[in-house]
Amino acid sequence: MRDNTTNNTLLALGGVGALIGIGLLFTFERPPIETVQGGFRGTSMGQVYNPRTVNRLAAVNQVPPAPEPADPGGERARDVFQNVQVLGHLSVEQFNRIMQVMTEWIYPRENIADGCNGCHVPGNFAAEDIYTKHVARRMLQMTMALNSTWQVHTQEVGVTCWTCHRGQAVPAYVWSQQPVSSNGGGFATGPGEQNRPGRQVGLASLPNDPFTPYLWRAEEIRMQGRDQHPRPNSRQSIQQTEWNYALMMHMSTALGVNCTFCHNSRAFSSWEESPPQRLTAWHGIRMVRDINNTYIEPLRERFPPHRLGPLGDTLKVNCATCHQGVYQPMFGAPMIRDYPELLPPPEQRRAEAPAPGWVAGPRLP
Amino acid sequence: MALEYQYLFTRVQVRGPHYKGLPLPPGHDVRSKGGRFSHLLGKLGDAQIGPIYLGHLGVLSLFFGFIAFEIIGLNMLASVNWNPLLFVRDLFWLSLDPPLPQHGLKVFMPLHEGGWWLLAGFFLTLSLFLWWGRTYRRARALGLGTHTSWAFLAAIWLYLVLGFIRPILMGSWSEAVPFGIFSHLDWTAAFSIRYGNLFYNPFHALSIVFLYGSVLLFAMHGATILAVGRFGGEREVEQAYDRGTAMERAGLFWRWTMGFNATSESIHRWAWWFAVLTPVTGGIGILVTGTLVDNWYLWAMERGFVAAYPPIATPDPYLTGAGR
Repeated sequence: MRDNTTNNTLLALGGVGALIGIGLLFTFERPPIETVQGGFRGTSMGQVYNPRTVNRLAAVNQVPPAPEPADPGGERARDVFQNVQVLGHLSVEQFNRIMQVMTEWIYPRENIADGCNGCHVPGNFAAEDIYTKHVARRMLQMTMALNSTWQVHTQEVGVTCWTCHRGQAVPAYVWSQQPVSSNGGGFATGPGEQNRPGRQVGLASLPNDPFTPYLWRAEEIRMQGRDQHPRPNSRQSIQQTEWNYALMMHMSTALGVNCTFCHNSRAFSSWEESPPQRLTAWHGIRMVRDINNTYIEPLRERFPPHRLGPLGDTLKVNCATCHQGVYQPMFGAPMIRDYPELLPPPEQRRAEAPAPGWVAGPRLP
Repeated sequence: MALEYQYLFTRVQVRGPHYKGLPLPPGHDVRSKGGRFSHLLGKLGDAQIGPIYLGHLGVLSLFFGFIAFEIIGLNMLASVNWNPLLFVRDLFWLSLDPPLPQHGLKVFMPLHEGGWWLLAGFFLTLSLFLWWGRTYRRARALGLGTHTSWAFLAAIWLYLVLGFIRPILMGSWSEAVPFGIFSHLDWTAAFSIRYGNLFYNPFHALSIVFLYGSVLLFAMHGATILAVGRFGGEREVEQAYDRGTAMERAGLFWRWTMGFNATSESIHRWAWWFAVLTPVTGGIGILVTGTLVDNWYLWAMERGFVAAYPPIATPDPYLTGAGR
């Protein structure tokens, strides 16, 4: 009798233990976990890392070895080659060097001649017949802008073709508008696409496309009241908050950080309490809008249909395109130092007036 | 053996003949005919199942509750194109969302832009109030006090504040909570963030006090009664008058450890008030959020109960002219 009771009790305890174990299996990450304190003590502004994840990310975020620097002296590329519109200010040696690395960064699996053919008509390098050449030219202009006008975000890490492309003709992390998956007719729920597990928003039940309003258009992101009491002109809905929340989840997953990397989470909107990373991120949002509106979306007509999204818009950029899960692309390796060819020509560096406050974007049709 | 008295289950199931319960007052419907014994349920509670008293209120409540359940479930199913596999896989994500902000407080709007939500809320509320009337009438029929009904009403109060009263004060149904597992959790997080951190809302704090207090009292009370079970302490009433009984020992335990103890009656009053005040204060906290206070953090700053940390002083790009 007594043994029976004990057995039953142990059995029940075992059952409860098994349930908890199954729960742990689906929710917890296997240790070790390392915490890096970011803010003042007591504010719990820590970043949480698992060495396994960091090692995996480090392995895929390597900088390729740079070729020998090129002599910036000698004849200009524009004087030697035909139809050099963007890189004409480089020396011939520099020009050849950057063409060489672009091939390796974007078409690495081809032999070198076929790699050139990704953008050039074989035998006639001056020809304009392949769409990728137009795209590449615009992307070079973009890269120069990112390394000058937008240095407020790119800082000393800088941007090269590799930052996004990583050995692929189309960068791995791009986005375009997606069709709504439900055709439930009058029985469907909710605005747009929400309430579906979206990897880009951390598998939350949040709107799955925060990119269109915030990284293509320039919708208002701030939604916390600036006054302790309600003001009629500062009404932001819960729904707007959820869109904002979705964008923040994207930034968090794209950078592999949590909220406290940029915010003291007790007062998300307070700049006074925010780490300086928030300012970098603030400029980053404007930079991505500039990339999408000034450089990528205007190329829509150039792209063949299979290079466009299902709704016909271009494959655009978000935070993950460069960051790829790391707080700074390639863990902050200052790659641009090895590629002075990707800085704008000296005479343009002054002419391009910095526009860090760029916010406007064309309204969508 | 120490484990013997830490019951997880009822150890001895006393089973007499099937008992119909007290006779009903005149004018009341009859109870269901059924009634049987379940050994497994008897491990948790009383082994006798039924008869149940449904009555008009119960039948109507279940009916309207079923309508609400169906509206929510079918909307979720429609949102995955009636695919049962996707329905199961994504069930925790699926949701019936409140109306779009542009519909304000309209009662008539396209069904897929919030009309279904309004209908589901209407039928669910109807169902809840009918069930409330049922708890009141059953308590009265048994000659009991109506404490259960008022406790239930406290929960209904919080439900109404979230889905009805506050949205009306805010002038928009879109402020209300969606019907969905993850979506209502996301709503909760978004609500706190939008209104400057609910952590600084004193009614939210009170609600947490009562919630955790309820948990603590529940644990203390449950532990005390189980601990005196070896003296038959769960049979409280006949024990309350005498010295040396389980009930006296239960009281003495707390008097010796804390110097003060509840009585067999007052412990339940404590528990009732703690439980009831949890949704009552929580509801007040929700009600004044967005209507009277827009940013709880700034509100608390002005009242001086925000802990001060050295500012990091990142410049606000909107103030330094970098913004528009």
